[in-house]
Amino acid sequence: MSSLALSWRPLEFFLTQYKRIWRGSAITTAVTPVVYLLALGVGLGVFVDRSTDLPNGISYLEFVAPGLMAATAMQIASFESSWPVLSAIKWDRQYHAMLASPLRVRDVMLGHQAFFAFRLVTMAVIYFVVIVAFGAVESPLGVLAIPVTVLVGISFSAPIAAWAAHTQTEASFVAIFRFLILPMFLFSGTFFPISTLPAPLEVIAWFTPLWHGVTLCRDLTLGDISVAHDLMHLCYLLVVVAVGLAAAQMTYVRRLLV
Amino acid sequence: MSSNGTPLIQARDLVKRFGDFVAVDAIDFDLQRGEAFGFLGPNGAGKTSTMRMIGCVSPVTDGSLTIFGLDPAREGVKIRGRLGVVPQQDTLDMELTVRENIVIYGRYFGLGRKELGKRADELLDFVELTERANDKVEPLSGGMKRRLTIARSLVNEPEVLLLDEPTTGLDPQARHVVWDRLYRLKRQGVTLLLTTHYMDEAEQLCDRLVVMDRGKIVAEGSPRGLIEQYSTREVVELRFEDGNRPDDLGYWTEGIVDRVEALPDRVLLYAHDGDAASHQLHERGLTPESVLVRRSSLEDVFLHLTGRSLIE
Repeated sequence: MSSLALSWRPLEFFLTQYKRIWRGSAITTAVTPVVYLLALGVGLGVFVDRSTDLPNGISYLEFVAPGLMAATAMQIASFESSWPVLSAIKWDRQYHAMLASPLRVRDVMLGHQAFFAFRLVTMAVIYFVVIVAFGAVESPLGVLAIPVTVLVGISFSAPIAAWAAHTQTEASFVAIFRFLILPMFLFSGTFFPISTLPAPLEVIAWFTPLWHGVTLCRDLTLGDISVAHDLMHLCYLLVVVAVGLAAAQMTYVRRLLV
Repeated sequence: MSSNGTPLIQARDLVKRFGDFVAVDAIDFDLQRGEAFGFLGPNGAGKTSTMRMIGCVSPVTDGSLTIFGLDPAREGVKIRGRLGVVPQQDTLDMELTVRENIVIYGRYFGLGRKELGKRADELLDFVELTERANDKVEPLSGGMKRRLTIARSLVNEPEVLLLDEPTTGLDPQARHVVWDRLYRLKRQGVTLLLTTHYMDEAEQLCDRLVVMDRGKIVAEGSPRGLIEQYSTREVVELRFEDGNRPDDLGYWTEGIVDRVEALPDRVLLYAHDGDAASHQLHERGLTPESVLVRRSSLEDVFLHLTGRSLIE
């Protein structure tokens, strides 16, 4: 049987587990974008729109909303793929239970990523509906920001899961959040164009998957497509996902088959 | 023990190394269908490493291992589908209910939900957890969790059940309940392969066992056979008050017992008739603080073979 079919089985476990907390999780997922858009898009947006003219005459709300959507995917995916992955190896040991069945390491790894994708799809759909309600989507192409947001999430959950399967303790997770995820959240074009960053920082921002994701989501919701650029952004994300999954396969095997 | 031809599991010169450390050092064994076979040895003897290789989650370093005639390196998926695994450390999900744990686990094997519902009921009944079916796992006692792990491992109707230290950490009462269930499985014809460092567990459950020490198999046979081969029928345990233990035990026991084993806290005297031996020693004027005559056990076999106790 193909990997994808077998990955359904671990996914079913994670969904069963998620069923216990889905209400709280769904409420958080729905409330977060409302709060962010009210504070930044509407509140801060009044000041920004008064003092600056954004390109193409868009409002700050329209600028920041797709960026927040991508950035939220990064946060959820990073969290889900750090502690829970190490736990499934070390504390709750669910991976070991799965590997006592016909499932292979690959199925277990992809099954967990499939669960992250499920979380990201629900998050992205809810986020998108909220953005539409705020009137911040200009183009029907904007709906494609949903799969892009999921892709942004996986571009974090794949490499972070690879790291989580490698690391012995949780100590590094806090550092990852403080020194990688938080700076990316702030400086990858979500809140202001990276062209306003000092040149060296701008170059660094080009390499963050989040910047590619934010830019792509924004181009889609604004309907401001540049085929060459946007394909490049898409390819960059796909490459990060592919490399992340390959790395995860390697670290999972090394950790689980000893 | 019924042996009908090809062994279910066969190991020849099986080796597992972690870097420079040799965990399993060229062992040979066969597991026949229908038998209960044990690895007896202290912690670090290589039992768990052997179990993990059989479970296809640990690559074989050297030598050969076949399970159902298949190669674990290439046919792990097929092999695992026919095994039941009770790992040393429980891998139950604490947040799910008792029943959900069985059903989800069965889904890993690709079994249908309807069928699993039926099997979960039967298995919970078998391990006497029916009343706790809809409770979360977390608050269950250690013995109940162990029974649930056993029930779960049976969900795919395995041909061989691997039990890695099935009762370690359980109180005596809980251990007996687990033993009772395993004994029933054995009677139903399930092939059991277990590791243990409890000699009583090995004696109770195993038709045949190997004694492992430092990665090697040092003896093989039935529990009774091993005792007959490596020990006497009875053992006299002597304890002395501090400083009162004679240095020349060999002199005192000359001609009365077969062998003397001096442990830090007690002296073991191996004799066919323990009562007669202790009587004779008394006549010679040896006055220990306490004397206990008991039947020989696998512990004595292990002590004889390795010079060390099983549980240190």
